[in-house]
Amino acid sequence: MAARVGIVGIGHTRFGNSSEYDLADVMAYAATDALQDAGYLAQRKEIDQVFVANMASGMFCHQSAVASALISRMDMEPVPAELIENGPASGASAVKIGYMAIASGMADVVLVVGGEIMRKVNGWSATDIVATMLDTDTEYNMGLTLPGFGGMFTRLYMEKYGLTERDLALVAVKSHDNGARNKYAHVQATCTIEAIADGPEADVVNNYIAEPLRMYSTCPVSDGAAALLLVNMDSPRAKQFAKKPVRIAGVASATDTHCVHNRKDPLQLNAVRIAGEKAYKMAGLGPKDISFAELHDAFVILELAISEELGFFERGKSFLAVRKGETRIDGRFPINTSGGLKSKGHPVGATGVSQVVELVRQLRGEAEEGRQVKDPKYGMSVNFGGFGNNVAAVICAKD
Amino acid sequence: MAIDELEKKLRPPEVALKPYPPKVITLASGEKMVVREARREEIGVLLGTVFPLIGVPTDYYDIVAARMYSELLGWYRYRVANEFALVGAINGVIAGIVTSRHVSDKIGMSLHTMTIKRGLRIGAQLFAAKMENHIDILGEEEVWIVAESPIGFKRWMIEYQLEDRSDKYPDVRHELGGVPTFVLTRKLWNAVRSVKCTGTRPASEADLKSAARLIMPSEYPQIPDFKR
Repeated sequence: MAARVGIVGIGHTRFGNSSEYDLADVMAYAATDALQDAGYLAQRKEIDQVFVANMASGMFCHQSAVASALISRMDMEPVPAELIENGPASGASAVKIGYMAIASGMADVVLVVGGEIMRKVNGWSATDIVATMLDTDTEYNMGLTLPGFGGMFTRLYMEKYGLTERDLALVAVKSHDNGARNKYAHVQATCTIEAIADGPEADVVNNYIAEPLRMYSTCPVSDGAAALLLVNMDSPRAKQFAKKPVRIAGVASATDTHCVHNRKDPLQLNAVRIAGEKAYKMAGLGPKDISFAELHDAFVILELAISEELGFFERGKSFLAVRKGETRIDGRFPINTSGGLKSKGHPVGATGVSQVVELVRQLRGEAEEGRQVKDPKYGMSVNFGGFGNNVAAVICAKD
Repeated sequence: MAIDELEKKLRPPEVALKPYPPKVITLASGEKMVVREARREEIGVLLGTVFPLIGVPTDYYDIVAARMYSELLGWYRYRVANEFALVGAINGVIAGIVTSRHVSDKIGMSLHTMTIKRGLRIGAQLFAAKMENHIDILGEEEVWIVAESPIGFKRWMIEYQLEDRSDKYPDVRHELGGVPTFVLTRKLWNAVRSVKCTGTRPASEADLKSAARLIMPSEYPQIPDFKR
């Protein structure tokens, strides 16, 4: 039987503009935060393995081998360290591989650090760099970008299910309410439905980015890092940490066609659904057991679509739940309690790790006042790579 | 020559500019920003608002603040002709300032755009208001514009698709110096006005009253732990 894996340390930088700092320093900050949280900073050389999640430091920062750089910044030699790259899902993939390292018996204590510095380049270049994860011949070279895909996906969804731009704005208002209370969020500010959708100035205040996606339907470009310390809960070493572990109950990933045009129905996010089903099966749980979720809302439409693929709402009905306030922090099923990518920010390599940090904060009861879910038992995150072609899901449990 | 006669020689000729009608914009935060013309007697408050940013090199705040300070001071001391400044005020607190100059019936000279409260596209709204004043209110045919920061270049040159007149240098040369000059023509403005420029008019009495007295900001996101 595989070992149980728990999280005993969490670390996070404030997302935003850290472009004046070196990526390895930003990652080291988050890693130190996680090790201090676990009471394990002094013993860091006893860690069995470090996995570093990063998407594109070579392009954003002209820097490679960031795992090696992090180890030296942390004075952790000779701990083994490797880089995990899976586009914007690099973070959750690193969590999965960290889990596998412990479950396989190769390691008892694993540090997972995700980070990205995106703002060393301008916004156009950042959009271009992120777009390099698309299929070269049929998508990237045709000028497609992720916001472009997000816009087309949203338009299709609107036509099929009756979603409106106002519904997208409602999701943003909800997420910003949470992000405004999150000390790690990039945009710690609320927005109102009147200002971004209903009012006479809304068209200009909330301008189009990739129609029908507007500024408040799209995540900001952010820098930042997050870290987790994983431990074999069945090992005697599990007793040496300051914090009680939050168990990883399920972790899984799945893929879909790289080219979106090869999918039978572009609105079906098969990799999300399959990764979710596998994570549920591993945890012995179903959607009704989950207390709250962190979903990859690089564009707010994805929060809706992912929540349906995971079975939290019927297909095409999630926006009706948003209208009723069900996904708010005090609603029936809170989503993106951290503010999500929309408000917390999206440093691509860090996001999947950051989502799990939020699961742990909520399950420990450590979220800030006004955004703590009431008595949560299970939290689930989905980290979305490419345009849904490589997705990882994590379920954490408060035992 | 009497001193007041000399002073008269030093002062530039002034044209009475048509007043800019105030408007109100509801920002994404839900806060109401009154956009109105600054009055001569308010220049001191504007100078006090701009001054702390002269020491902030990030995003070229230093050069924009220093130049805007000199423009405002020049207006106050009667050394700049036909200058105007628009302010964005939230509950009276200055959130942003733009400066500009009416050169002739045909040409406006955009000077600077300074955003103090960031993240709400205040600079974009105030820049659009400035263009509105030049073309729709003062009736000019085109506005000459330069950018001193990459953010400015993206916001104005790219987003407005301004006409690049650098090949006509020095015949078309912005008075801020040799930076390539771009131009917003009436035709371009007509094409972008509806997506760039907004605001409700007339502003209500209550909104106007909230901005009747301009207040210097007590905090600057650009200057951590700022104390006045």
